[in-house]
Amino acid sequence: MFKKKTKLIKDNKVYSRPAVGLVILLFGFILLLGSMGLAISVGAAKINFPSVWNAVLNYDPSREADRIIMSLRLPRELGAAVVGAAFAVSGAIMQGMTRNPLADPGLLGLNAGASLALACVFAFNTDANYFTVMLISFIGAGIGAGMVFGLGSMSRGGLTPIRITLAGAAVSALLSSLGEGIALYFKLSQDLAFWTAGGVSGTNWTQLKLIVPVVIAGILIAVMFSRQLTILSFGEEVARGLGQRTLLTKVVLMTIVLILAGAAVSLVGAIAFVGLMVPHIVRFLVGTDYRWIIPCSAMFGSVLMVLADTFARTVNAPYETPVGAVVAMVGVPFFLYLARKGGRKLS
Amino acid sequence: MMNPAQIKRIRLTTLISILLLLVVFVISVATGFASLSPAELFRTVIGQGTPRENLILFEFRLPRIFVAILAGMGLAVSGAILQSLTKNPLSDPGILGINAGAGLMVVVYIMFFTVESSSFLYVLPLFALAGGMATAAVIYIMSYIKGEGVEPTRLVLVGVGLAAALYGATLTLSTRLDMEDYAFMANWIAGRIWGDDWTFVLSLLPWILILIPITIFKSNALNTLNLHENVSIGVGVNVGRERIVLIMIAVALASASVAVSGGIGFVGLMAPHIARSLVGPRHQAFLPVAALIGGILLLTADTIGRVVLDPSGIPAGIIVTIIGAPYFMYLLAKK
Repeated sequence: MFKKKTKLIKDNKVYSRPAVGLVILLFGFILLLGSMGLAISVGAAKINFPSVWNAVLNYDPSREADRIIMSLRLPRELGAAVVGAAFAVSGAIMQGMTRNPLADPGLLGLNAGASLALACVFAFNTDANYFTVMLISFIGAGIGAGMVFGLGSMSRGGLTPIRITLAGAAVSALLSSLGEGIALYFKLSQDLAFWTAGGVSGTNWTQLKLIVPVVIAGILIAVMFSRQLTILSFGEEVARGLGQRTLLTKVVLMTIVLILAGAAVSLVGAIAFVGLMVPHIVRFLVGTDYRWIIPCSAMFGSVLMVLADTFARTVNAPYETPVGAVVAMVGVPFFLYLARKGGRKLS
Repeated sequence: MMNPAQIKRIRLTTLISILLLLVVFVISVATGFASLSPAELFRTVIGQGTPRENLILFEFRLPRIFVAILAGMGLAVSGAILQSLTKNPLSDPGILGINAGAGLMVVVYIMFFTVESSSFLYVLPLFALAGGMATAAVIYIMSYIKGEGVEPTRLVLVGVGLAAALYGATLTLSTRLDMEDYAFMANWIAGRIWGDDWTFVLSLLPWILILIPITIFKSNALNTLNLHENVSIGVGVNVGRERIVLIMIAVALASASVAVSGGIGFVGLMAPHIARSLVGPRHQAFLPVAALIGGILLLTADTIGRVVLDPSGIPAGIIVTIIGAPYFMYLLAKK
C-alpha cells in the first residue's frame, strides 16, 4: 500500500524541498519577530527597539511607552500575524482541495458572507459579545462558501476555475449588496464600511484570547491532514483509488477553511488576495507537498500581513489606509498574472 | 428567411414591452414621497396641472425616471454587445470592471472638487466616462496575448481581478474624504440614481440616441461575430475592426449610463437574456427588446428602492443586484 502510494506520488511529480521548507520556517520566524518589532516601534510615537523588547519582557505600566506597546501596538501586530496565517492557510487548503489556482476566501464569497452576517449583528443586536460576533461571521462565511461551491458543483461540467471564480463574484455581489442594504436601512453604513475595508487597528486582548487559540488549532489540524490534502490535490479519483475517504477529508478540510476564514474576517474584515498569493509563492519555493506548504504558508501569511499593516499605518500618516486595499494593490497584479496563464495549471 | 409567426411574435413582444414600460412609468410617478395619481398625471401631462403637480412631475419625477430608463437601456445594449462579442453569456459591464473604473474616477473627482460645488457636478459624468474607457482599455490589453488574440474567458477573469484592484484603490482614497463626500461616494458605488435634473437627462440622451441605433444598424455584423471567428471572416466581416468598434460602443454606453446613474450591475446581464429568450438570438429583433427591458428593470428597481425606505431610499443598484445575482447564478448553473 505504502509503496504504491509513493510510486504514484512520484508519477505525479510531487516534489518537496524539506531543506528549503525548514529554512523558510526558521527565517520566517525570525523575519516575523523582526517585522513585528519594527511595526511596534514605528508610528505616531516612535519607540526604539530595546524599549520594545523591555516592555514585552518586564512590563511596567508607569512608563508611557510600555502602555502604548502593550495596549495598542502589540495586540495589533499579533492580530495581523494571526489573521495573515489564517487567510494564507485557508487559501492553501482551498487551492489544494478544489485544484483551482485562483481559490481564495476573498474571491469565493466567504468574506462577503461573513460581512453580511456582521451587518446583521450590528443591525439587530448591537451589544453582542465578541464570541457571538465570531460565531456569526463563521456561519456567514459558511453560507457564502456553501453557495459558491453548491453553485459550482450544481453546474454541468463541474468546478472549473473560471466557473468558480464567476460564481464567487456573483455570490459576493449578492451578499455584499444585501449587507449594504441592511447597513443603509439601519444607518450604519459608515461603521461597516471601514470594517469591511479591513483593519486590525481596534484589536484588543479579549479578541485575541478568543481568536488565537482557534486559529492555532485550525492550523494544527490542517497540518495533521496535510498528507491527505496532498493526495487529494491529485484529483478525487486518484485519492479514492488510493483508499482515501475523500468525503471525510473534504468535510474536515472545509470546516477548517470556514473556521479560519470566519475567525480572520471577524477580526479584520474582508481581506482578499492573501490566501491567493501566499500559497503560490510558497509552492514555488518548497514544492507541491502540503505538509510543507501549510506551515510555510502560515509563516509567510503572517509576515505579509504584519508588513502590509505597518505600511498601511505609516504610508499616509496620520490617516489609516485600509490594509485590505494595500494587500489588493499587490495581490491584483498577481491575480492578473495567474489569469493570463489561463488559470489552468496548479503548480 | 423568417416566417410570419416569428415576425408577429417579435412585433407583439416589442409592443408589450413598450406598454409595460409605460405602466411602470405611471406607477413610478404615482408612488413615493410626493406622488401623483394617474388622473393627476394625465391632467398634468396635457398642461392642466396645478403648480404643485407641475413641480412634482417636471422637476422631481420626470428627470429621474428618464435617467433610469435611459441608463437601463444603455446598460442593456452594452451587455448585449459584450455577450455577443465575448461569446460568453455571463458578460456584463459591471462584472467586467467598467463600473469599478468609473467609480475610482468619481472618488478622484470628489477629492478635487467636493460635492457641494454644484457647477462642477456636471463634469463628473465625463470623469466617470474616462475612467470606464481607460479600464476597458487596460482589460483588453491585459487579456491580449500575441498569437492567441483575446480569449473571452481570460477577458472575464482579468475584469474580475481588475475590478477588485480598482475597488481597493477607491476604498483607500475614500478614507480621506469627509463624511458628506464619503456618503456621496458610498451611494454612488451602491448605485443610487443621483443625476436627477434635466441636465443629466440631456447629457445622457445623445449617447443613447446615437449609439443604440448604430448598434442596431450593426446587427448583421453582431449576428456573424457571435458565430465562430472563421465563419465571420468567411462571410466577409472585417472581424478585427468590427470588434474594436463594437467594444468601444459597448464601453461608451456603459460608462455614460453609469456616470449618471451610479454603479449599477446586472442590468446588462439580465436584459439581453430575457430578450433573447423572448424573441430569439437575431440581433435585429432582440436588441430593441433588450433596451426596453433594461429600461423597465432599472426604473422598477429605482421605484422599489424609493418606496422601501422613504425618503432617502435604497439605491437602485442594490435592488438590481438582489434580483440579478441569483439570475446570474441560475445561468451559471444551467450553462
